[in-house]
Amino acid sequence: MKYVGSRVLRHEDPRLLTGRGFFVDDETRPGQLWMRVVRSTSAHALIRSIDLTEAQESDGVLAVICGRDVELPVIPVRVSPLKDEMAPYLQPVLATERVRYVGEPVAVIVATDPYLAEDAAERVIVEYDELPVLLDAEQSAASDVQMVPGHSNEVAVLRASFGDVDASFASAEHVVEIDVTIGRQTAVPIETRGLVAEWSPDDERLDIWGATKVPHYNRRVIAAAIGLTEYQVNIHRTDAGGGFGVRGELYPEDFLVPYLALRLGRPIKWVEDRAEHLVSTNHSRDQRHLISGAFDRSGHLLGLRDEVWHGNGGYVRTHGLTVPELTITMLPGPYRLPAYEGVCHIVLTNKTPCGTYRAPGRYEGTFARERLLDIAAVQLGIDPLEIRRVNLLSAEELPMDRGLIALGTSVVLDDADYQSLLEVALVEADYSSWQNEATQLRAQGQLVGTGMAVFLEKSGLGPYETAAVEIDREGGIQVSIGGTSLGQGIETIMAQIAADELTVNIASVDVVGGETASMDDGMGSWASRSTVVGGSAVLMAARATSDLALQVAATLLEVSPEELTLRDGRVEVNGSSERAMSLGDVAAVIGNPPAGVDLGCKVLGARRKFSVEHMTYPYGVHFAQVRVDGDTGAVSVLRYFVAYEVGRAMNPMTVEGQLIGGAIQGIGGALLEELVYGPDGQPLSATLIDYLLPTAGDAPTVGTLITESHPSSSNPLGAKGAGEGGLTACGATIASAVGNAIGKVEAPTRLPLSPMRVRAMVASAAASTDHVSSAE
Amino acid sequence: MKPSAFEYHRVRSVDEAVSLLTRLGGDAKLLAGGQSLVGMMNFRLARPSALIDISLVDALNYITSNEEGLRIGALTSHRAVERLDDPVASERFSVLPRSAHWIGHYAIRSVGTFGGSIAHADPAAEWCMLALLLDAEVVAVGPQGERVVPIGDFFTGFLQTDLAEDEMLTEVRIRTAWPHAALHEFSRRHGDFAIVAAAAAVQMSGDHCTDARIVIGGVDSTVIRVADAESVLTGATINAEAIGEAAAAAARAVDPPEDLNGSAAYRRHLTEVLVRRALDEAIAHGE
Ligand SMILES: Cc1cc2nc3c(=O)[nH]c(=O)nc-3n(C[C@H](O)[C@H](O)[C@H](O)COP(=O)(O)OP(=O)(O)OC[C@H]3O[C@@H](n4cnc5c(N)ncnc54)[C@H](O)[C@@H]3O)c2cc1C
Repeated sequence: MKYVGSRVLRHEDPRLLTGRGFFVDDETRPGQLWMRVVRSTSAHALIRSIDLTEAQESDGVLAVICGRDVELPVIPVRVSPLKDEMAPYLQPVLATERVRYVGEPVAVIVATDPYLAEDAAERVIVEYDELPVLLDAEQSAASDVQMVPGHSNEVAVLRASFGDVDASFASAEHVVEIDVTIGRQTAVPIETRGLVAEWSPDDERLDIWGATKVPHYNRRVIAAAIGLTEYQVNIHRTDAGGGFGVRGELYPEDFLVPYLALRLGRPIKWVEDRAEHLVSTNHSRDQRHLISGAFDRSGHLLGLRDEVWHGNGGYVRTHGLTVPELTITMLPGPYRLPAYEGVCHIVLTNKTPCGTYRAPGRYEGTFARERLLDIAAVQLGIDPLEIRRVNLLSAEELPMDRGLIALGTSVVLDDADYQSLLEVALVEADYSSWQNEATQLRAQGQLVGTGMAVFLEKSGLGPYETAAVEIDREGGIQVSIGGTSLGQGIETIMAQIAADELTVNIASVDVVGGETASMDDGMGSWASRSTVVGGSAVLMAARATSDLALQVAATLLEVSPEELTLRDGRVEVNGSSERAMSLGDVAAVIGNPPAGVDLGCKVLGARRKFSVEHMTYPYGVHFAQVRVDGDTGAVSVLRYFVAYEVGRAMNPMTVEGQLIGGAIQGIGGALLEELVYGPDGQPLSATLIDYLLPTAGDAPTVGTLITESHPSSSNPLGAKGAGEGGLTACGATIASAVGNAIGKVEAPTRLPLSPMRVRAMVASAAASTDHVSSAE
Repeated sequence: MKPSAFEYHRVRSVDEAVSLLTRLGGDAKLLAGGQSLVGMMNFRLARPSALIDISLVDALNYITSNEEGLRIGALTSHRAVERLDDPVASERFSVLPRSAHWIGHYAIRSVGTFGGSIAHADPAAEWCMLALLLDAEVVAVGPQGERVVPIGDFFTGFLQTDLAEDEMLTEVRIRTAWPHAALHEFSRRHGDFAIVAAAAAVQMSGDHCTDARIVIGGVDSTVIRVADAESVLTGATINAEAIGEAAAAAARAVDPPEDLNGSAAYRRHLTEVLVRRALDEAIAHGE
């Protein structure tokens, strides 16, 4: 093992860092036209009329189309429980009778350039009859106004439970009940969405650029929607400036661009602008948790109950009920829990529809659960670390079937040692000195505090991933994968795995993802699955290729395969290394075999599918030290630390990158980011002036500890996913630290902790101490 | 986020710019650093029929200082003000370079211009606040020639000024030295426009204040002076109590709007906090 486990520099970086990346907007086809979407300006309304005349007469316009002009199916659910029940709530490609959120597509323009397309879009006149606007999940569930006539605004109520919860609360010595909210947020990849499609009438083929994440699924659905076969559609690989869950799902534009390319017979490009992104790309979070815990006197958790209200926006999109399901099935986390009941109400609201965003359901659930533990600790007079210690499952209790089903698989917590990770992390971060320092500073009147949270992640969702390895005559190795590059480093990781298995220099390995012509089936890159599942498929394909090389070389060298070893990319006869063939030579012979010899294969390569039934569950701990400016309510993060058990780190450097980037993103969610709406349903955070992303200037240094103590048994690499754990506990940890800093642990109950909210907490903490001291 | 169509003209002199402004009429706009205008055009909040690019009018890129005071040419970048190293100017007007870091980010400060900021008249803009604080004068050139507008008459409304459609701002002058001056602000991230900003300047004789200026940004349609807070200080002995009173008076005097960054009450509270901080620093500075 040479590459796996070492800090191999990322293959993609020279290209990406020197401006040689190739993103969808870099693709320009001869004769290309531009699409512009006309979006609803109303949050909830009946469409009285759409007048396209002026737009049609606008300069450079080739087509103006609204919902009545197209026959396209509604956008289906990709993954979710209760898929069929979602049918009435699915989003049409273009609204026809009513609109349900500001930003919903109502018409499209096709013009010769993007400027003229935008000019024409302004000339589409839509008249709306306004309907009452529903912005809050609970309010919407209780309302008489039906967003989908004949159907409840409450799309579904999901339940997950085990044990006798009522009994646990009845027998509890102490019950803690809190009400916490996670504001609406979204991922903002540096590259917005975009798509280019070109129809070639001669070979009856549609080429698409810009699909990321799940290209094979997308091509199947798009092909069916526009009346082509899957193999008539070719999706091409492009670089992607981040995904984070939102990028690459099927949105209305993903149907419109190919549809119009086919219908007009001209290549069409659409590139989302940032203002569109913030109202049209999936939103996420937006949950209220009414969570309660039953405890005994020493802080043991006897039972847990959570009722969640999930504001889903105007439709159910491709993720269906995935986020709510993950919320309630992952909520118990790494804790010993005799009884649990989670209920999630999924309700339509007049906002942008929701989907997954990095650590979906876990960011929210971890916030709720860890807040509960912090507050219970205070109420019971126990140290917040101690309440975790007594409740974390021990290594001996694992593996353990939780008795819950998530994403179609039962939740079986695999081998782990949550307790010892916590202890190791405390030492590595030197958390006690953070605490001491904070205590001293508080004694001097500064509002400095520390906080922590423990979390459980999930990764490596099946059912399968595919990979193919092929070696050419010159020894070049192409690895084709079902996953795609979202900027996460997958090209490097897959190359490391293949290079080790084939004992070659990594430079000779080329990884191709997201190109349907080189790999016709795959599940895509999401849910921290690509290294775990896709990497295992690469390992299997590379191993099969190496076996084949030995077998062919055995025939040619007239020895048995057992007498051969693959070393440095050469098949050598054991004990006489001069009798050898390079992998390229083997490939050459296979391509052009000696007359009369049947080598039993046509290429030196193999395709493999790695299937897996259960997910694997990484876990970790976050620590923070923060300072609150009591006058303004501003929170600065002074120190941050993430400890994470990753099973086996294919590349410690990219794992660190994932953890650090995740932590910054999660801190953004804890302190800055919120998609706010006015009472009329108008989005107020519609630009990056108002939707505040963390910048490098505001980001703390994030320390990391990666442990490899419990390799996963679910896959031959032993890997657990690393894409999300940097983020999962940020909301919980920052809230914990802010509560500690202001001397009111229970106060932070709502994310993001905006300065105005924190200032109000400081003021009320001060008021209550005044009250106490004046009573004394 | 693509602007609507416009003509583009590049000029090299004030005369050329003014004659084009006159000829092209009210829909034409001057383009300086473009750090405010281009964004507004991309959102189609501004739809000029023509842009007159003045960024190469080099004659307006200067900072001079003499006994009459400080003159800043309209095309001087924020960054040039930040790096002001003329010993006389940087002693007497040091609040300008000291406050520049609050403006956007390095890249924005390198391209955005002093004159553009004053002409744009954002109610939270640092240069607008400091111009008002330091009793600046604005020099405007139009077809009829030059006129000098006292800053108190210059800002007329949200993003509106006393400049006529065919006039161009060429220079900002500051005559009186205010060594005891400071600006403090609060925004959620470094480089964002302030939610509230406060600037304070005092003339001191021993610990006695002979004149005071308090300017608040981000609470009204323009940057504003708060006479109620100034009068607390003028003629008073400066101590923590007087500062506290002035800050409270400022908070009472403002009537801030509410938006997603803060309620009216929160902004009023911030006004008090920031006036206190600005006064503390103003007094400490130049000691
Ligand atoms: C991300 C970001 C953050 C920012 N943060 C801040 C901040 O914290 N504080 C702050 O003050 N500013 C901030 N700005 C704005 C920046 O300071 C601008 O540079 C400034 O407001 C305008 O100067 P400009 O030279 O860029 O003018 P332009 O954008 O070119 O012009 C602005 C307006 O002024 C007019 N104009 C320009 N020059 C003249 C002239 N000589 N005579 C008459 N009219 C003229 C133009 O016609 C236009 O209407 C920020 C900008 C960005 C993009």
